Amino acid sequence: MGRYVIRRLLQMIPVFIGTTFIIFAMVHALGDPVAAFFGDKAPDPAAAAQIRQQLGLDNPLIVQYGNYMKGIFSGNLGTAFNGQPVTDLLKIAYPTTLKLALVAFTFEVIIGIGLGVLSGMRRGRLADTGVMMMTLIVISIPTFVIGYVLQYLFGVKWGLADATVPPGAPFQSLLLPGIVLASVSLAYVARLTRTTIAENSKADYVRTAVAKGLPRRRVVTHHLLRNSLIPVITFLGTDLGALMGGALVTERIFNIHGVGYYLYQGIVHQDTSTVVGFVTVLVIVFLLANLLVDLLYAVLDPRIRYA
Amino acid sequence: MRGATQAKFAAGAIAIALAATACSTSSSSGSSSGSNANGVVTAWWGDPQNPLIPTDTNEVNGGAVLNMIFEGLQHYNPKTGVAELANAQSITTTDQQHFTITLKSGWKFSDGTPVTASSYVDAWNWGAYLPHAQNNTDPFFTSIQGYDAVHPATGSPTATTMSGLKVVNDTTFTVALTQKFSLWPDTLGYSAFYPLPQSFFKNPTAWEAHPVGNGPYLIKSWTKGTGMSLTPSSTYSGNYKPKNGGIDLKVYTDPNAAYADLQAGNLDIDNGLSTTALKTVQSDLNGRYLNEPAGINQTISFPLNQPQWNTAGAKLVREGLSMAIDRPTITKVIFQNTRTPATDWTSPVLGAEGGFSSTLCGDVCTYNPTKAKQLIQQGGGIPGGQLTISYNADGPHKEWVDAVCNSINNALGNTNACVGKPIGTFAQFRNQIQNKQMTSAFRTGWQMDYPLIQDFLQPLFYTNAASNDSHYSNPQFDSLVNQANAASTKATAVSDFQNAEKLLVTDLPSIPLWYQNGTVGWSSNVSNVSLDVFSVPVYTNITVNK
Repeated sequence: MGRYVIRRLLQMIPVFIGTTFIIFAMVHALGDPVAAFFGDKAPDPAAAAQIRQQLGLDNPLIVQYGNYMKGIFSGNLGTAFNGQPVTDLLKIAYPTTLKLALVAFTFEVIIGIGLGVLSGMRRGRLADTGVMMMTLIVISIPTFVIGYVLQYLFGVKWGLADATVPPGAPFQSLLLPGIVLASVSLAYVARLTRTTIAENSKADYVRTAVAKGLPRRRVVTHHLLRNSLIPVITFLGTDLGALMGGALVTERIFNIHGVGYYLYQGIVHQDTSTVVGFVTVLVIVFLLANLLVDLLYAVLDPRIRYA
Repeated sequence: MRGATQAKFAAGAIAIALAATACSTSSSSGSSSGSNANGVVTAWWGDPQNPLIPTDTNEVNGGAVLNMIFEGLQHYNPKTGVAELANAQSITTTDQQHFTITLKSGWKFSDGTPVTASSYVDAWNWGAYLPHAQNNTDPFFTSIQGYDAVHPATGSPTATTMSGLKVVNDTTFTVALTQKFSLWPDTLGYSAFYPLPQSFFKNPTAWEAHPVGNGPYLIKSWTKGTGMSLTPSSTYSGNYKPKNGGIDLKVYTDPNAAYADLQAGNLDIDNGLSTTALKTVQSDLNGRYLNEPAGINQTISFPLNQPQWNTAGAKLVREGLSMAIDRPTITKVIFQNTRTPATDWTSPVLGAEGGFSSTLCGDVCTYNPTKAKQLIQQGGGIPGGQLTISYNADGPHKEWVDAVCNSINNALGNTNACVGKPIGTFAQFRNQIQNKQMTSAFRTGWQMDYPLIQDFLQPLFYTNAASNDSHYSNPQFDSLVNQANAASTKATAVSDFQNAEKLLVTDLPSIPLWYQNGTVGWSSNVSNVSLDVFSVPVYTNITVNK
């Protein structure tokens, strides 16, 4: 197990170098960021050259990348164009997004799995049809539509929640954005759980457990659910990464200054250090989430062993 | 402060009726309930792109703060746009080239240090000095003698100060320009000319984190990326003392989020209204909405550096294209009547006295599809067989570019005569223009720096000027501009500039499309909301209702 984890962690190094380089090259390919400093006005060539030199933008791409990587290993992720160190921006942005992602993740797990179990156990009945219909509707509506509609109804019309998230992002104001962010994945989780529950409820081990005379509650939680959760966990694991990256739309709608906000600003200003820094951390989150999922398999299914 | 690039100004139309309703609402609610002098106003804001140094800020968000924390030699009247003496006691000249500036005594920065002649001279020298890499020096300091020595086009500077600036005593300094520029004193209200306190020169980085100025407000706290709190400054000596207890600026990424906050009562001033909001703003806000002309115009420019666009025939083609654009319909349908068809290359904010004309472009800017088709055929057809209009896809331009093309296609009876050509980001778009890679038409917008006809013509159409994106060059135009700059009265200068502008009607380096308006919506908590000629809210005048 320990060796497996170490191997996986070592595998992350080339992925890390590869992604940072690709992102670096892509932002670079967008063109000269200095032009955007000057607004609608043509840049003054002398000042533009000066800015380029100060930011190291006059070096060839590979040298810029080399300098950037050198900085990373000494814990310096570079400076954003407005003079703030990228590490500072990360410190502000990631906790906020993480908070939002956790709220959304909680909704996803509790409501998603709950609805899935409910409809899986009562297949073909009213509850099942209702859940299936609801999830289908949620899946087919784009997130931003759900976002704006809920924001208007709860935030503006009824005044039940904050229309936008105030600075500091307190938990109670993240409930609404959390539901919006979780909505689509929640629907998938519910459908996935329903299918596996429905399938496994006819399995031999469930019949055995029932025949043993175990209480129904125990059969469902310990036997049926534990086995049915494996595909759901895979989905949830990858989704945790997607939640952090996918918060972009939700963050915009509710004016949350998290990863999405800084990433967007970085792309608009072609601020390489900001974009690469934020994406790199996102990549690491994805990799770690995947590793976690793989390890969880072993916990859920003792037949799976890692060496 | 050119910012007409993205949705920073979600514009509106000159709807006199709307403005009238808005006025009556604000005055009635203001008088009936009275105001709370300590009330704080929350206002929409975007994160400034550059450090808040006057010579480094050329976009609206940073500009809005600078105007609150600084007061320059001149102040543009928020209603008329006319430059009025502020920190300056007098600005005198006998030859339109050498100016003597005397300051009012007793003015202070908010840290208590006095505003002296050196505060100005040092700030200007610092900003112009090339190694400081400031992006807002051209064309503001370029006209001062000695600029080339501190800011050479290539190589290293040979001096640290401009020879044209001389401090006479604590309250007087002289400025020598490289050539005559009669309207120069009127440019001094612009933010690049603001003074800086001693503390800035000692430690610019520390100052950047907490800017100190001599304006009506001072910065109480600033969390980058989130917001800024401003309170009235007790050391301010000018005429625009705040009538409220402070301004809280809140950063929004998405205009719709700000609008939701405005409706929910969490935001008082929203001057970043989106086009979606503009459709319903009138009824949503019960008339608490204002829609006024701004010093911004939109044009379509042509690359005259390309030989195929620089022929006599191409001139006729451009004239035909201008006539093929149905401006009234596009401004009505696409912009919800929130833009006004253009009739010249300036802006209505200048007023007739300042050089605006409602007839200058005449027939050339009037929709006439039959004549358009005829002219384009006469000129040998569109160079290359198809017109593409390039625009930056990160701004709200696709809709109107498609509409313009549609209008041209309909006039020519050819569905392929014109297509829009999106270019990823604004920076990429600028690069292509700057590197002369444009081969066909592209969108251009201009937001004035100061309400002067000079600012709408010289930087855009003078040979090799900083923003001459179409690379237009006409010796006659240049000499008329020079003549205007040497004029001894403002009236002669304006009429000379207008004569130069008339040359644009025949040469058409760019086609005027429409003037953009500034819009602002406000909550029921505040009154006396207005926009200045730069379409920035007049923050000092806003009162909070009791």
